[in-house]
Amino acid sequence: MRWVKRHLLPAYAFLAFCYLLLPIAVVIAFSFNAPSGRFNYVWEGFTLDNWVNWDAPPGIQSAVVKSLEIGVISTIVATALGTLLALAIVRHQFRGRGATNMLIFLPMSTPEIVLGASLLTLFLNRQIVTGFGTIFIAHVMFIVSYVVVTVKARLIDFDRHLEEAAMDLGANEWVTFRKVTLPLLAPAILSAALLGFALSIDDFVITYFVSGPTQTFPLFVWGAARVSVPPQVNVVASAIFLVAILVMIGNVLWGLRARRARETMPHAVPLPEQLHQPEAA
Amino acid sequence: MSFLHRHKGATPYLLLLPGIVWLVLFFVAPLGFLGYQSLQTGTFDTGYTFDWAFSNYVDAVRDYHEQLVRSFLYAGIATIVALLVSYPLVYWIAFRAGRWKNVFLILIVAPLFVTYLVRTLAWLNILADEGPVVGLLRDVHILGSDGRLLATSFAVVAGITYNFLPFMALPLYVSLEQIDERLLEAAEDLYASKRQAFLRVTLPLSAPGIVAGTLLTFIPAAGDFINAQLLGTPKQYMVGNVIQSKFLDVLDYPSAAALSFILMALILVGLIAYARAVGTERLTG
Repeated sequence: MRWVKRHLLPAYAFLAFCYLLLPIAVVIAFSFNAPSGRFNYVWEGFTLDNWVNWDAPPGIQSAVVKSLEIGVISTIVATALGTLLALAIVRHQFRGRGATNMLIFLPMSTPEIVLGASLLTLFLNRQIVTGFGTIFIAHVMFIVSYVVVTVKARLIDFDRHLEEAAMDLGANEWVTFRKVTLPLLAPAILSAALLGFALSIDDFVITYFVSGPTQTFPLFVWGAARVSVPPQVNVVASAIFLVAILVMIGNVLWGLRARRARETMPHAVPLPEQLHQPEAA
Repeated sequence: MSFLHRHKGATPYLLLLPGIVWLVLFFVAPLGFLGYQSLQTGTFDTGYTFDWAFSNYVDAVRDYHEQLVRSFLYAGIATIVALLVSYPLVYWIAFRAGRWKNVFLILIVAPLFVTYLVRTLAWLNILADEGPVVGLLRDVHILGSDGRLLATSFAVVAGITYNFLPFMALPLYVSLEQIDERLLEAAEDLYASKRQAFLRVTLPLSAPGIVAGTLLTFIPAAGDFINAQLLGTPKQYMVGNVIQSKFLDVLDYPSAAALSFILMALILVGLIAYARAVGTERLTG
């Protein structure tokens, strides 16, 4: 009885992980399947063909490229806008702060289908042609809030003494921002950007409404699901998954190393002389 | 820079300007257009005219109350199941997993890294009529010999639960992780049983995580249409399916816009009621 009690929770955790990871295993396994017909539902044999000829289904390659392009540019713009918003909210007093917080919180608590539908209504009424540009507009809009939340969390914990020290040592505001604030914020900005990119390349609902003729990878999958999904879809999804997992692991290792460095070197703050480098104008 | 020095009060507004402009133009204004559209009459071919047609809302509720109720029912069940499934799991990670915590955390969010549509399609493979799960359930007579899982409410709710479970698990984990274990030791020193310590210390302290997780799961679940479309049939369609097909297939914009607003309003009402019940400070963190 005692033995059962002690092992109940770990056993449950094991089963729960099996449940969470089973569909991922299925996606990866079926990327190696050799279906005889059009449907990739039943296991029929191992092959590497799908990985070698991942771009065989017409349209899949351009869809993947579009997803990456939109992901990169909308992430860059949204990260910049979101970081500025976070700086204003945490660092400054201004009128309309409550309304600003609300404006940032609301897009995250609105169902995606409403966001997509309302954007489409705007574009229809203003006769804006939907396509690459409107997808970009939509993605920046819904990523910004997540960037603000991520960067804000870091800014609140920020030790402002470091900036004061820099100013005491003669650095002006701009130099302090570039040499102290920005480097210390860099990990948070990077996580925000990674999150934004992940949200962008995975988004289906909003993109579906505002895409016009442009096809991203999720839209390609949707189109294929109405007829038959080629195993190459599993190949692309598996590849995206593996890259994301590697980035996550890298992130964790980086965090561990930084922590260990801090533990062995308790005063690992920038040295004054590093702050005082003359500006290369 | 000299401009900023002379007008110090302007700095926050300059920082805010680009982001706020973007959100006003592409979040607030579209909602305004959606409201405007929802009060119009006409058809796609003849064009729409604005005439305060509140009847669109009445008609939408009359025609689609079934899908509306189903959306909130499915989302509610999925949220509760996600909470029950993920709580013991993240509890184990937070208190028992030791130095491997981060690895297990990656495993929890791992499903999010598989394209949403593709991981939903994976459930098609798993729950397929000729697949192993259905076969097993038929053998042990939980399902009849021609019973199936696909195209049922079960499949749709299971899909929704799976897809949004990480959004429940992550905030739960954060709130459990922050609990000072000395509080639990103190409870035990004061002769609380394990069960009492859990019910009176751990559970209340994890409440913020439960609240955040509930919102993050319920809101996207109520608006979802992908699971019903891929794993269900029109009998399982939710309000999202109706909005989607009216906007993109039938081109009945006013009705679709009215339904979108009804969905949003119901979620807001729920949010406010929930905030009243648990306290607003917990809601916005």
